[in-house]
Amino acid sequence: MSEKKEYKVIGTRPIRHDGVDKVTGRAIYGADFQITGLLHGRVLRSPHAHARIVSIDTSRAEAHPGVKGIVTAQDLPTAEDKMADLGEGAVNLKYLCDNILASDKALYKGHAIAAVAATNPHIAEEACELIDVEYEVLPPVLEVREAMESDAPILHENLRTSSLGETGDEPSNVASHLQHKKGDLDKGFSEADVVIERDFVTGTVHQGYIEPHNATALYNPDGQLTVWCSTQGAFTVREQLAEILQYPISKIKVVPLEIGGGFGGKINVYVKPVAALLAKKTGKPVKVLMNRADVFEGTGPTPASYITIKMGAKNDGTITAAQTSLVFEAGAYPGSPVGAGAMCVFAPYNIENVLIDGYDVVVNKPKTAPYRAPGATNAAFGTETVIDELAEKLNIDPLELRLMNGAKEGDRRPDGPIYPRIGFIETLEAAKTHPHYASPNGKKYHGRGIASGFWFNIGLESSVTINVNPDGTINLVEGSTDIGGTRASIAMQAAEVLGIPAESVNPTVVDTNSIGYTAVTGGSRTTYATGYAAYEAAQDVVEQMKGRAAKLWDVDEANVQFVDGEFSSINGKEEQISFRDLTARLGETGGPVVGRATMNPAGAGGAFATHVVDVEVDVETGKVEILRYTATQDAGKAIHPSYVEGQIQGGVVQGIGWALNEEYIYNAEGAMTNASFLDYRMPTCLDLPMIDAVIVEVPNPGHPYGVRGVGEVPIVPPPAAIANAIYDAIGIRMTELPMSPDRLLKAMGKI
Amino acid sequence: MARKSHVQTTINGETVEFLCEPRQSLLEVLRDELHLTGAKEGCNNGNCGACSVILDGRLVNSCLVLGAEIDGKSVETIEGLAEPDKLHPIQDAFLENAALQCGICTPGFIMSAKALLDKNPNPTEHEVRYWLAGNLCRCTGYDKIVRAVLDAAAAT
Repeated sequence: MSEKKEYKVIGTRPIRHDGVDKVTGRAIYGADFQITGLLHGRVLRSPHAHARIVSIDTSRAEAHPGVKGIVTAQDLPTAEDKMADLGEGAVNLKYLCDNILASDKALYKGHAIAAVAATNPHIAEEACELIDVEYEVLPPVLEVREAMESDAPILHENLRTSSLGETGDEPSNVASHLQHKKGDLDKGFSEADVVIERDFVTGTVHQGYIEPHNATALYNPDGQLTVWCSTQGAFTVREQLAEILQYPISKIKVVPLEIGGGFGGKINVYVKPVAALLAKKTGKPVKVLMNRADVFEGTGPTPASYITIKMGAKNDGTITAAQTSLVFEAGAYPGSPVGAGAMCVFAPYNIENVLIDGYDVVVNKPKTAPYRAPGATNAAFGTETVIDELAEKLNIDPLELRLMNGAKEGDRRPDGPIYPRIGFIETLEAAKTHPHYASPNGKKYHGRGIASGFWFNIGLESSVTINVNPDGTINLVEGSTDIGGTRASIAMQAAEVLGIPAESVNPTVVDTNSIGYTAVTGGSRTTYATGYAAYEAAQDVVEQMKGRAAKLWDVDEANVQFVDGEFSSINGKEEQISFRDLTARLGETGGPVVGRATMNPAGAGGAFATHVVDVEVDVETGKVEILRYTATQDAGKAIHPSYVEGQIQGGVVQGIGWALNEEYIYNAEGAMTNASFLDYRMPTCLDLPMIDAVIVEVPNPGHPYGVRGVGEVPIVPPPAAIANAIYDAIGIRMTELPMSPDRLLKAMGKI
Repeated sequence: MARKSHVQTTINGETVEFLCEPRQSLLEVLRDELHLTGAKEGCNNGNCGACSVILDGRLVNSCLVLGAEIDGKSVETIEGLAEPDKLHPIQDAFLENAALQCGICTPGFIMSAKALLDKNPNPTEHEVRYWLAGNLCRCTGYDKIVRAVLDAAAAT
């Protein structure tokens, strides 16, 4: 593939296909769905962080006027303590079911205990208060280091540590221990002239999507279950429902409605199985909506972590060794993204000697869920801060130090894979030559920081069908939830193949009965993998239409070519017909043309980013102001540059929130004390400057147009970049997130 | 259950009547009784702005207004902004600037921006940021939203 290709559609900025619906309020999101006879469900949640459920008495609630049905864990099929494969890795079925409705223990405040369906949401809420639950309250454990102590309260009596292939004998909160090794660590550190070792702590943070979880379910008397909902993946909802309800996939249809943000948090199901149980019990459609407190207390945040980073370098800047211990909180059930953190922690650098240990530890908080580059942000906060300190000790510019050690094609990541063509160095060079990096910096209490980040990106399964219309347009059918403009980025790839404008494609996201299996919108995979499927489906259309042109002209199909939107004969004859004109003649040449493709592409290609930030620290209040922000990122090839910039800007701002404000604050009883948008403070537009997104394009050899996923990596560098800027401003290394005013004042010795 | 009240009001220029319980918010009435689902519930306590509407010329969070309170008043919602064959300039600017990703916060931002531009047709960037600080967006980082509102101001 050549590096500089001329495209007609790719790289342009058309209006997104679903845009008008979304600026007029007409787009139907999960909560907007209406159906005749609808009942409203409400979930009763545990007030305790850790408690044994002694009894549940629903009789008073059942007698409440307007109540139509109540469910508890008793209504779920008995879940076995065994592993089930749900497409995104194996999951313990009992854990999966217990997180939907607790059977024996409540493991976090907000854990679902029972649910009511009633004629309106207020009655359902009143009825929840009439359910009598007797709890035996147990001491909670909320922090990973405490949870690892031998005398810590145990969440799961049956949980044994799985460590490097061995299983422990004693009950433990440490679910697993993983390790990656490369080279000879002792040798590496002995070669180093400077060694830095630091501990880092990061808080529990939430994805913070604005739309709460929702589901409407309907059981028909023939056993057909339909669930309308917002989700990152209709097929993974179908799989989870099938496992949790022990119900055949063929009888479940999941209809994905518009989704109001997810960032990884809308892959796991919460209220969808509950709505299904209530619908079965009542025989009516039931809608269950979470409120904001439910979202904070009952759905996956992303883990707090305790991280140790040790790195050594020679005086010439060569990093000789790196070691880390990543301890991630899993929440109430095993399954933190520590594995992904371990893949990313040293990934930007080519280091000869590496040891990575990762621990997955259960605590009395909601089961954690992925959040944009899950695990990578926690890890990079440590690594990128230590690199900044190494650069200072070595008296080398921090950008130069990264350039000297940055990973390139052919280098091996510590967890195994050899890099294909990647663009890390290019992001560093783009940052180095950006006017921001050369601009003056040095005012009192002002500082500049840089940091880099990596996310591996994924491929997975995608399916696309293309129906050709007789007016030169196509209807493109896909299964990837559009969470940020992917209808456009997928449609544009088909349009490029067919030589038609983006506006001549009608993309539609359909339900699980109407398209081949398509994995979640996550892992930065959608524009890459579903776009690849759209490319292949369009190629299928081209091949079929070559046959139609051959029929028209009575030539051999092999003698028809398709160039720049025109079919022509290459066998002496002068025939030529445009794609558009040929679509009008499909009827007479054999009937409709339907193109299709299914993919599971392996070459997602990694994404790298380098960020530069200027801050001002208010030394009286401890508040950090973001003055200027520049983010460079390798997008491979930007299909729709506006939405690539949007992903970068959005990721940066989530990273700024994580860095400066956001965290779950708990009291001693294990209750989250800030479960609202007032107290869990996400950035507003008044907190921010414009975010300068610089797209670097190093084409990914694993995609026909060179696409790399772009969504996740921009959240990775901000906390470290800001910490490094704070150091530059006031000379203090912040090692705990968030770097909120109180922590800064403490670090400055003012409180 | 308390008796329902009869409410007569104007929504997007049309006279509308409905019955509502005293505890129902304007947001709930708009969405569940009148099926105007453009206003979204993000928090139901006035912190996210996804339910923003304009009540007698003033920007409000419809989750913090009771349905019964709008008797005799006038409400503008996102559904009333576009003409049948023409979007409002703010809506155009949001599309041109790619100022939305998931789109759940978009109706609220557009109504807030309209309330701002009705009052102050030529705001500075800081004034836009100050005015829109009551609306949360988690996808965009606000950059393109602020540009869209500045563009819409320049276009009108």
